[in-house]
Amino acid sequence: MSSVSLQNLEISYGNVPIVKNLDLTIEDGEFLVLLGPSGCGKSTLLSAIGGLADVSGGRILFNDKDVTWTDPKDRGIGMVFQSYALYPTMSVERNLSFGLRIAGIDRAIIEKKVKWAADLLQITHLLDRKPSALSGGQRQRVAIGRALVRDADIFLFDEPLSNLDAKLRAELRLEIKKLHKTLKSTMIYVTHDQIEALTLADRIAVMKDGIIQQLDTPLNVYNKPANEFVGSFLGSPAMNKVEGKIVADGDRLVFVAGDFRLDVSRYPFAQKIESGRPAVLGLRPEHILPAKGEAQAIEGKVSLIEPMGSSILAWSTFDGISLSHLVGQDDGCEADSTFPVTIDIQKASFFDVGTGWRL
Amino acid sequence: MGAELTRHVKRNLVAYIALLPMAVVVIFAYLGTMAWSVRLSFSSSKLLPKNDFVGLTQYFTLFDTPRWLTSLGNLVIIAFFFLLICFALGCLLAIFIDQNVRGESLFRTVFLYPYAMSFVVAGLVWQWVLNPDLGIQHTMHGLGFTGFVLDWVVNPKMVLYAVIVATVWHGSGLVMALILAGLRGVDTEIWRATRIDGIPTWRVYLSIVLPMLRPMIITSLVLLSISIVKMYDVVVAMTNGGPGTASEVPAKFIMDNLFERANIGLATAASTVMLVTVLLVMAPVIYSQYFRKSGRAS
Amino acid sequence: MSKRSTATKRPLTYQEVWGRIGIYAFLGVLALFFLLPLYVMLVTSFKSMDEIRLGLIFSLPQQFSIDAWIKAWTSACTGLECTGLQVGFGNSVKILVPSVIFSILLGAINGYALSFWKVKGANVLFACLLLGSFVPYQVFIYPLVRFYAQTGIYGSLPAIVITHIIFGMPVMTLLFRNYYSGLPVELFKAARIDGAGFWKIFISIILPMSVPIAIVAVIMQVTAIWNDFLLGLVFAGRENLPMTVQLNNIVNTTTGERAYNVNMAATVLTSLVPLTVYLVSGRWFVRGIASGAVKG
Repeated sequence: MSSVSLQNLEISYGNVPIVKNLDLTIEDGEFLVLLGPSGCGKSTLLSAIGGLADVSGGRILFNDKDVTWTDPKDRGIGMVFQSYALYPTMSVERNLSFGLRIAGIDRAIIEKKVKWAADLLQITHLLDRKPSALSGGQRQRVAIGRALVRDADIFLFDEPLSNLDAKLRAELRLEIKKLHKTLKSTMIYVTHDQIEALTLADRIAVMKDGIIQQLDTPLNVYNKPANEFVGSFLGSPAMNKVEGKIVADGDRLVFVAGDFRLDVSRYPFAQKIESGRPAVLGLRPEHILPAKGEAQAIEGKVSLIEPMGSSILAWSTFDGISLSHLVGQDDGCEADSTFPVTIDIQKASFFDVGTGWRL
Repeated sequence: MGAELTRHVKRNLVAYIALLPMAVVVIFAYLGTMAWSVRLSFSSSKLLPKNDFVGLTQYFTLFDTPRWLTSLGNLVIIAFFFLLICFALGCLLAIFIDQNVRGESLFRTVFLYPYAMSFVVAGLVWQWVLNPDLGIQHTMHGLGFTGFVLDWVVNPKMVLYAVIVATVWHGSGLVMALILAGLRGVDTEIWRATRIDGIPTWRVYLSIVLPMLRPMIITSLVLLSISIVKMYDVVVAMTNGGPGTASEVPAKFIMDNLFERANIGLATAASTVMLVTVLLVMAPVIYSQYFRKSGRAS
Repeated sequence: MSKRSTATKRPLTYQEVWGRIGIYAFLGVLALFFLLPLYVMLVTSFKSMDEIRLGLIFSLPQQFSIDAWIKAWTSACTGLECTGLQVGFGNSVKILVPSVIFSILLGAINGYALSFWKVKGANVLFACLLLGSFVPYQVFIYPLVRFYAQTGIYGSLPAIVITHIIFGMPVMTLLFRNYYSGLPVELFKAARIDGAGFWKIFISIILPMSVPIAIVAVIMQVTAIWNDFLLGLVFAGRENLPMTVQLNNIVNTTTGERAYNVNMAATVLTSLVPLTVYLVSGRWFVRGIASGAVKG
């Protein structure tokens, strides 16, 4: 069991900084997901934690012990890679046991560990096969098994599911979650897939350009995005964004964008807002609800509908502003008709126009 | 069925015509000549080809000819050391160059340039460098080491090793280039995984990476083997088979009997022996390559 | 690298420092071994015979002279003829140009027909061709000699050119076939739907896409044909002996004292064409080895 602490961490490739002055503490037994678009530095950061990339400044501590320059094999970690990185000429059994054999561990113990890992991952029947004779999902199970037998305190996952098709991805995602529940080890997981992040994480660190934008629980990251980037990176279908102004109208605050006006008095602003302040309204499609005869309902002109199975995504225009919103199958929303909705303003987000940070 | 075939041929007629030169070459220049060579080996042809049939007489004569037996023995020795040294050296060079060295492209250029030169040049150059009155031995004597002996090219016992030096110099760059290309193709995540597993670098090469390069290794061994069986130019230029018959090789034996000794029956018998040997050696290699491929496809 | 990033670089351990030294020492020593012959040839070719007789082969020339080069090119002797290597050079060029052009053209046509068209039995032919490339030339030589003698072209330029085309065919066909089978078939299908025929597709679509592989093919064929000794010796005839054969004749002519400086200059001259091709082409040369070698 181990906690991980990164202090003032800097990583650069040549003169190009990849990760800038990063502080992050991961609790013992926590499942932390590093989420971000490609090139944001999340994989480099994971490599540095694993000892596979040299850092150019700062420290890495495992359980308060400085491991910044410790050899990867001595860090007590197991790692799972995107391309599985199985040794192609060795059988599954040998893939699992090779590292232990090199370390000179007793045969009987190796056998016991391999059996334990194989049972846990249900790959016992595959032990004699070569990786080339396995499916993608089976290969990734073996790769996870190789990390398991190492008795690691910390598991590092580098986009482990991105080479798999959608169905297998969902299956293995669940498997990894179960594994975390069983082992209670510290796990650090890199992905660009927001569903994986939201389903697996205890906490998500959303990264962009080598900087952590927001570090919080999945619910908070989703519901209260710290800035415009986080808001639009998470969520599918994507968040609506409308640029406008917040003006005082008597004792009420109103968001104005052209002809579009919305009472936002009930929005929990983090700071005092002066009248006339420009802002970006971020509104998730599921927070625009079909109206059930409320007074403040607004009428939209539906231009297109996209049935998505369980619900329907409608694209409507409200006083010149186009928004996407979710409606139920039985709500009777049709293209080229009008449809009344209410907006749950407490769940909306406002961002500063210049900095993008949440207001 | 017949009508279908005609329709198929008609539809693709131009393609059939375009492949005609290849068909002619394969049928006449390859298969036809091969068949005729084999046929002549059963005749008593001397200066001119004869159409008689003397059974295995030429083969019995052949294996009673000391020069042929010497040639075969020489080929075995040369092939063994050449393949072993070329392969080991080529692999080592590739692995060392793969260690992120400075001046990598310079090293690559230096190790491969002999492969671009002709075998004649390789033979001549090493004949000079190893010549006791001119090359290394002469230089060492000039420097005062008068006891130094390096007389491989003129010493019947050592001349084969001189030939091996020249051919290794010529061929090991090929192995290096192929293996290096293979090393560069290895998924970097495999390397990262081995570092997490704590496997020493030499062990990674030996147990993981080199086994992955099996296709490259087979290819380079096949190419080297072909060049050894065909070996003629380098011996002619370096030693002309001498001293005596100490560095005779089968290819040269055949050429001499064809063009100088006017003994076509014997020469074709020798070439048939080579043909059969090559086919016997190649068959399992080709078979295993195909076999592996079908195994992977399923 | 910035000073800051090097300052925090992990210090190398002693073991690693010695490892680096070992790597460079190994590569350096072997580089010397590989360069040694070239060095010997170059320094000797610039020396006078007196200097060679008295001095050591590895020392630099004290008096730099290009006489040996001029002699090698214009007046080196093979037996009684003293015309220099220029004759062999001319012959090699005469053999090289048509052989390279025709063998590549045929290889491209074969590869195109094999990978895009359905010709019954073509793959069997191709397999025979590949197998043939493993067989020593000695098996084919005598029947070919008889055939050329019958048709009256033995010992002439056409004979050696045809021979090079025959023996270049396996590798050229393989090269182009493998390259073409990597091209998208949709391209070919679209052209057929547009109504283009065999030659039209080849000339307007396939050939323009073949430039990279054609470069590789030129590199391979130029080096292979220039370096050939055996086929030139047997088929070219006295009038057309290629440079390699003439070189061997010059060097191994045993009349009088061996003119090592001339011989070595002649050897360097003979290597100049493939060496230049190699140095200029760089990675393409390696690509040629790899793509021509991997059996598909």
